[in-house]
Amino acid sequence: MYDKPKIVTGLVIFFVILAFPFWYNMGAKTPLPELELTEKAKEAEKCIEDTDFMTREHMQLLNEWRDAVARDGNRIYVANDGEEHVASLTSTCMDCHSNKADFCDRCHDYVSVDPYCWDCHTYPEENN
Amino acid sequence: MENSRRKFLKTAGYSVLGVAAGSMLIGITPRSSTGAAEQASGNPEYKSRDEALKAERWGLVIDTRKITARINRNMQRACHREHNVPDFVGKFGAKNHEIKWIWPTPFKNAFIEQDLQYISDHLKRTEIPVLCNHCNHPPCVRVCPTRATFKRESDGLVLMDYHRCIGCRFCMAGCPYGARSFNYRDPREAIEELNPDFTLRTKGVVEKCNFCAERLARGEAPACVEASNGALTFGDLEDSSSDIRKLLAEYHAITRKAELGTLPSVFYII
Repeated sequence: MYDKPKIVTGLVIFFVILAFPFWYNMGAKTPLPELELTEKAKEAEKCIEDTDFMTREHMQLLNEWRDAVARDGNRIYVANDGEEHVASLTSTCMDCHSNKADFCDRCHDYVSVDPYCWDCHTYPEENN
Repeated sequence: MENSRRKFLKTAGYSVLGVAAGSMLIGITPRSSTGAAEQASGNPEYKSRDEALKAERWGLVIDTRKITARINRNMQRACHREHNVPDFVGKFGAKNHEIKWIWPTPFKNAFIEQDLQYISDHLKRTEIPVLCNHCNHPPCVRVCPTRATFKRESDGLVLMDYHRCIGCRFCMAGCPYGARSFNYRDPREAIEELNPDFTLRTKGVVEKCNFCAERLARGEAPACVEASNGALTFGDLEDSSSDIRKLLAEYHAITRKAELGTLPSVFYII
């Protein structure tokens, strides 16, 4: 191989740059977000479905709610335990989780997602 | 090395089969046990409220003889407050950005196809309220490329799913009544009092009257009907014993631009 030292040096530099995000963030560990529950949410003890399900699938559930309400006009959600809830982000979810900044946003910021729900839907802090 | 090609083809064939079978298996196995899919199967999990008002085809009768300027104003205010309709005209003086769900207009403008030679003094003086006609054959629905606007089969209302609107404004071109408005600006800037029970829209979305679908779902009359002091009556057009059918049976009522065949559900008693 001609110019072996040059090529190897070039390759090393290339891979170092390629791995930039990994070594740059090494050690700088972002702590897992801690979600704060409001008094009302603590009192209720459980969300409308299992906490595990809500954590992982609340976005799918909200999408289902959206279609059920906006397109079919079915505004009541019957949960697995038979309880009925109004399928509404503002009046059901945000009624308990009225602390958007300490509940919704913390996790969304951590995983770097930017849901556009609140472009149109209002939340308690905004209403006051 | 004589059958290397044969070997190669065989191996390739088996590999393709293997990959295909594998991906099928992955597709068949359920991805999560407590997914939304599991909930979707089984019992009906969505329903409407028990107190919801239902009809086969919602309709509205406007008695123009009872309409006054004050009623027009009250109806528009009630409607626009209820639905967080931004007031771009009042806020920015932007007349060409006006958003309106229900608004008063001179009779001669609302009914251009009528013979306007000698109309009554009342119709000359008083503007009449116009709004989305919730047509039985809505042209806006036909032209919407994303089905953001649709005719709800259960009760004939022409509704909008703002989530899907891409702001192409075909519906505004399609609507012969000018019942649709486009948000050229962020509506948040021009809403005085936010109604937390209804959503906002964003810039780049079309909006229009929804016949107060959210109020009907709660068992309440549309906001304009409530504010109309009896000038507006709503009910089921398919139910011959409903209030509006009785009105229509008693008085002759006309619809706007009937010649277009859109079959409006909003009737005017003159």
